[in-house]
Amino acid sequence: MSSLEIRDLVVALTATPEKPIVKGLNLTIKTGEVHAIMGPNGTGKSTLSKAIAGHPDYTITGGDVLLDGKSILEMEPDERARAGLFLAFQYPSEIPGVSIANFLRAAVQARMAEGEELDATGYYKKLYSKMDLLKIDRKFTSRSVNEGFSGGEKKRCEILQMAMLEPAFSLMDETDSGLDIDALKIVAEGVNAMRGEKLGVLLITHYQRLLDYIVPDFVHVMYDGRIVKSGDKNLALELEAKGYDWVKTDLATA
Amino acid sequence: MSDIDTLPPADETAVNPVGGIDQAVGDFQYDVNYEFDAGTGLNENTVRYISSVKKEAPWILEFRLKALKTFLEKPMPTHWATTDLNNIDFSKIRYYLSQGQKPKRTWDEVPDDIKKTFERLGIPEQERKFLAGVEAQFDSEAAYSNIKDIVAKQGVIFCNSTEALREHPEIFKKFFGKVIPTGDNKFSALNSAVFSGGSFIYVPPGVKVAQPLQAYFRINAENFGQFERTLIIADEGSEVVYMEGCTAPKFSTSTLHSAVVELVALKGAKIQYITVQNWANNVFNLVTKRGVAHEDAEIKWIDCNIGSRLTMKYPGVVLKGKRARGEVISIALANDGQHQDTGAKMIHAADDTTSVIVAKSISVGQGRSTYRGQVHIPKHLKGCKNNTECDALLINSNSRTDTYPAITVRGDTHAVQHEASVSKVNEEQIFYMQQRGLTEAQAMSLAVNGFVNDLVRQFPMEYSVELKRLIDLEMEGSVG
Ligand SMILES: Nc1ncnc2c1ncn2[C@@H]1O[C@H](COP(=O)(O)OP(=O)(O)OP(=O)(O)O)[C@@H](O)[C@H]1O
Ligand SMILES: [Mg+2]
Repeated sequence: MSSLEIRDLVVALTATPEKPIVKGLNLTIKTGEVHAIMGPNGTGKSTLSKAIAGHPDYTITGGDVLLDGKSILEMEPDERARAGLFLAFQYPSEIPGVSIANFLRAAVQARMAEGEELDATGYYKKLYSKMDLLKIDRKFTSRSVNEGFSGGEKKRCEILQMAMLEPAFSLMDETDSGLDIDALKIVAEGVNAMRGEKLGVLLITHYQRLLDYIVPDFVHVMYDGRIVKSGDKNLALELEAKGYDWVKTDLATA
Repeated sequence: MSDIDTLPPADETAVNPVGGIDQAVGDFQYDVNYEFDAGTGLNENTVRYISSVKKEAPWILEFRLKALKTFLEKPMPTHWATTDLNNIDFSKIRYYLSQGQKPKRTWDEVPDDIKKTFERLGIPEQERKFLAGVEAQFDSEAAYSNIKDIVAKQGVIFCNSTEALREHPEIFKKFFGKVIPTGDNKFSALNSAVFSGGSFIYVPPGVKVAQPLQAYFRINAENFGQFERTLIIADEGSEVVYMEGCTAPKFSTSTLHSAVVELVALKGAKIQYITVQNWANNVFNLVTKRGVAHEDAEIKWIDCNIGSRLTMKYPGVVLKGKRARGEVISIALANDGQHQDTGAKMIHAADDTTSVIVAKSISVGQGRSTYRGQVHIPKHLKGCKNNTECDALLINSNSRTDTYPAITVRGDTHAVQHEASVSKVNEEQIFYMQQRGLTEAQAMSLAVNGFVNDLVRQFPMEYSVELKRLIDLEMEGSVG
């Protein structure tokens, strides 16, 4: 079992390190668990996930992030990725001219020991089976990464990458937004198929609907850069019924 | 990197028999030993020396001497080109290096990055030593002469230009210097004065050469490629693909490379000329390349330039016959401290001629790329087409790119299209790729490869693989 431990984390924009966005956040995720984070726009959910992945726009000014007890803060983004961290982006980038097949192939290869050769047949077999699972047309393998993809296609492509790279921890930032009902089910099925002893998930979402399909073990409410409430899946339902004002008033009275 | 050119020879007159020769004796037959070179600096003696070593006919010597005069008279083209050209010290350059006189260095003296590059490119041990200047000569005749024999059965002449001058003077003379006249520019004049090495190819009518011809087989000291002169003639209805040199980093002992390449595609013939060059970053690479396409003929230049301090190269096609077609595909990568000044020239001179230019440049760090295009369609012609596309990719904000597309079109029956774009590899894209486990260098390399991908697909397999590796290496070098 692995663990991802976020300890008193303070994150600011690299440009304005004195103004924290994430303001002392604590959360521990173990493989086998699915944690959902909900919270109003602009509370720092994406900031949290990108900072953990090592995005250069963000600087960690306090606290630590530990993977199996070891700090990852000194690691480059690609080292963190190879150590088992995956970020499904809220807004995935387009990479013109680089096909999905070649991109993923390079990513898979990057995880192999030096001198080790990628088994092309095995790779394509796996790629196709994951694409089938996510109901992505095989023609997509030759399309440039995310270029000209619809919003939903981009999100599905993120999950495809996750399925191929088999991370220990996946931070999924609003993977449900932009998906139609059918696509949502497909993506959820894909994630559920990966769920298990080897995967820990942090699911950032605004909607209870996703949590109907990917049932979380824990739900956290993030507000103003902190986790202000934690509970089980029922917390999401309560939140849906009462809105964020409820958390705010709760905070005020606390 | 050490620069042999700038080292004074131990004893100029002792090693160079030309030093004390009486210039008045024009037809003096030097008792030349191949172990000597022409020394440094350029004057009439240098030219006479080269010509005599090569045992050339008098008309060639005359041609060379006239060219020298033109070269000396012509000003540097700094009124439009970079003033960096003024930094070339012509007096310190060695204009001719015969076999056995390659400056010696040991393998240990070869810089590590060069060794690493050889390794990454998978260059055979023997060739590595030659390319690094450790060995005077790489005898690859045996390895490559095979292809020469095969094509000879079809009547194809494929040899180096020195040999061609001796053995096929009638064809050579007919076409030589006709596509690119000596006075075309200062550097074509220089080449015309001191050329040595380069290929000569003649393809008889109707012959389609099945495999691409490569210059590998003639690698030796002389052909190391400072002032090579290549002439390819595809007779009526014939077809040939030529791949220039090799893509190894030319760990050149010289800082000036100035080649001239002339192509002649007679009626209905097709020539494709492919170059992937990777120069050391102290080299001035000033090359003139042009082809003439006769009726229904087709000339296609594929030109990839990586490295060098300054590259100036604008492959061109003169569309001389009706329905002739010209194409230039150019890829240039300018890294820190490098300037790629590249482009294409299309001179329409007959009705219904078509030209296509696709130029892609990549500027990294302080690297600078310039696109210069010239498309000329005069008024009296009908039904000409040109399509020009130039795209620039910038990797980080310091790099610079300029575009000078000069398209002069007169007359109203022509179709001309021009597109240009500048894009950037942004931090977000790099981060996205890094998040998938690729290093920063791998990410940049992938972005660059993606940018040129649609062009590279047209390359022969081994060239596209090597170009990809070269891009990888460049990107590796460009990140801390
Ligand atoms: N790169 C950036 N440049 C400027 N401001 C930023 C940047 N990244 C985040 N911010 C600011 O930090 C705050 C938190 O943004 P973040 O994207 O983390 O919110 P979020 O919780 O993911 O919101 P949403 O639910 O809308 O996705 C916002 O006020 C946002 O404008
Ligand atoms: Mg967000």
